Amino acid sequence: MADLTLRQVKKSYGSVHILHGIDLDIKSGEFIVFVGPSGCGKSTLLRTIAGLEEISSGELSIAGERVNDVPPSKRGIAMVFQSYALYPHMTVYDNMAFGMKIAREDKAEIDRRVKQAAEILQLTRYLDRLPRALSGGQRQRVAIGRAIVRNPKVFLFDEPLSNLDAALRVATRIEIAKLKESMPGTTMIYVTHDQVEAMTLADRIVVLKDGHIEQVGTPMDLYKKPGNLFVAQFIGSPAMNISPATVSKAGKTTIVEHVGGRKATVPIASPAKAEGAAISFGVRPEDLFIATGKDYLFEGKVDYVEQLGEVQLVYVDIGRGDQPLVTKLPGNVEVARGSILKLAANAEDLHIFDGNGHSFALNGAVAEVA
Amino acid sequence: MAAQIFSAIFVILVGVGGCVAYFWGANKLLDIVFPSRGVTGAAAVDNLRRQGFIRPWLFVGPALLILTVYLIYPVVETLRLSFMDRGGTGFVGFANYEWALGDREFRNSILNNVLWLAVVPAACTFLGLVIAVLTDRIWWGTIAKSLIFLPLAISFVGASVIWKFIYEYRGDGQVQIGILNAIVQFFGGAPQVWISIPFWNNFFLMIILIWIQTGFAMVILSSALRGIPEETLEAAVIDGANPFQIFWKIMIPQIWGTIAVVWTTITILVLKVFDIVLTMTNGQWNSQVLANLMFDWMFRGGGDFGRGATIAIVIMIAVVPIMIWNIRQANRETGGH
Repeated sequence: MADLTLRQVKKSYGSVHILHGIDLDIKSGEFIVFVGPSGCGKSTLLRTIAGLEEISSGELSIAGERVNDVPPSKRGIAMVFQSYALYPHMTVYDNMAFGMKIAREDKAEIDRRVKQAAEILQLTRYLDRLPRALSGGQRQRVAIGRAIVRNPKVFLFDEPLSNLDAALRVATRIEIAKLKESMPGTTMIYVTHDQVEAMTLADRIVVLKDGHIEQVGTPMDLYKKPGNLFVAQFIGSPAMNISPATVSKAGKTTIVEHVGGRKATVPIASPAKAEGAAISFGVRPEDLFIATGKDYLFEGKVDYVEQLGEVQLVYVDIGRGDQPLVTKLPGNVEVARGSILKLAANAEDLHIFDGNGHSFALNGAVAEVA
Repeated sequence: MAAQIFSAIFVILVGVGGCVAYFWGANKLLDIVFPSRGVTGAAAVDNLRRQGFIRPWLFVGPALLILTVYLIYPVVETLRLSFMDRGGTGFVGFANYEWALGDREFRNSILNNVLWLAVVPAACTFLGLVIAVLTDRIWWGTIAKSLIFLPLAISFVGASVIWKFIYEYRGDGQVQIGILNAIVQFFGGAPQVWISIPFWNNFFLMIILIWIQTGFAMVILSSALRGIPEETLEAAVIDGANPFQIFWKIMIPQIWGTIAVVWTTITILVLKVFDIVLTMTNGQWNSQVLANLMFDWMFRGGGDFGRGATIAIVIMIAVVPIMIWNIRQANRETGGH
């Protein structure tokens, strides 16, 4: 059992506040991904869990034990660094064995664990080499091996793929996913700025921004029901289209009036006092399709087309100033630049957010409507 | 004074101007002798090839010539002289070397040099490393480093004069102007003539060189320490290493090459130590070293070219292997990876 709990964890350097009170419960064996733009505090949060940064206030516990003041090596964690951080003067074997040697563990046991980790990661042939004689992907595996040998309760990854080229990144991503499957009892916490890594690897994603948690949920939760505008636009590529709108009728379903005075019925409840309020109306590019009937959401002139083969990104000027609407259409549909396009979406794919950017679909939002 | 300044400026102008004129002129001459323009086809190609063959020699030539005259010739000549008699005219075989082996002062110099070698490079490297590590963590580290670096800018003779005052002796009961004796007297001890105490005076002289060279070791090692990736230290923290283990098992091995270069560079310097001994004791009271002994035989007491040259050869034989190793190590440091 290695549940990990953060209660009001804060981190500041002097008067600069990096983390503003993080509350998070991580269950044993979960794969958690911290994602967010650079400077959001995700790496700092990971480093406070590792014990490389002191916690300014709040409480961190691993397996029910408060570990704020426990040194990193006693927390039962292992960490894989962005730069791999291999000891350049040690062979692959010694890199992996270093922690156990420091702990004065039995030589035969060290040998067994290192060889086992090397076997899992296909590093057996390279055990006698120095890190500089390895490729980037192999170094990354040694770093993972060093972590495995520690037999940790919690595995921490700090942007482990960002130094690899695109092809290797995909391959290593799959390796990490398989590694997780082979260690079902081990909790993994993974930091990235890449939402694809977050979506593909995570059991649950933690979206961070400016030292706050924006939303926690499964990848599909965040995709289907983003809790606020930031998450809505951060998860998914290209980002969700957001247009200004007003609530013309509140109730069990909400009728909104958006760009061009068109109305749309959204099957999301809103409180009576929200009527007349200025809100944001969102729809994902991939949820839009070319309207066949009289009902459509948007109409505008095709501004630009990016053909990607299987799909094409079509930028449509719907009179939102200089921000075109983006839609992802099948690649085999003929869309001429300059032509007029009418776009529709299914009602259940529509999103509405209140004046503060909170989703109506989740509770939280309602009280703050002006 | 003014005349000296003008003569210095004149020499610089003539020197630099002469160099420019030589390289420009030689290049021009090459173009005139083997023209590549104005001639056709095969001739132009031929001339270009000849130019390409000759030009490097034209440019490197003066340097090679000067090196030969001022470095290689003296080495050969010194070797020849070491087999000659006092005046450098009559061949005496290995007599000078035999003399050296039996000479009390020569043996004393060898012993002292070994002592210097054992103490000074180790002390400078150790202190430099410790200071580099400690000053990295404190806000006034830069100021401390500048102060420790400062003696490096003082000439050996200048430093010796400063330390001569520190070791200065006045009779018992008198006011001491040397700070060391002043301290000793303050605590009730009897003042000493520090630099005349056999054996120990060597260490008083070594302190001067350590005082000068620690700054050098510190600066080089400090930059090497900065080059250690922070994440390797953090990884070691997570692996459970304590600060002591991190220092010895993670940091030191990563800067080992630099430590070796610093150590050997100071070793070579120590083998050639001369100015400090000359200024402080001139080799009296058993503080003689090889370089000063060589100077004594060569240029003092009428001069003995044979014996002076013999001592010079001994110093060279000691320095060369260390120097070769040092250069290799330095090349590996800069060219490696």
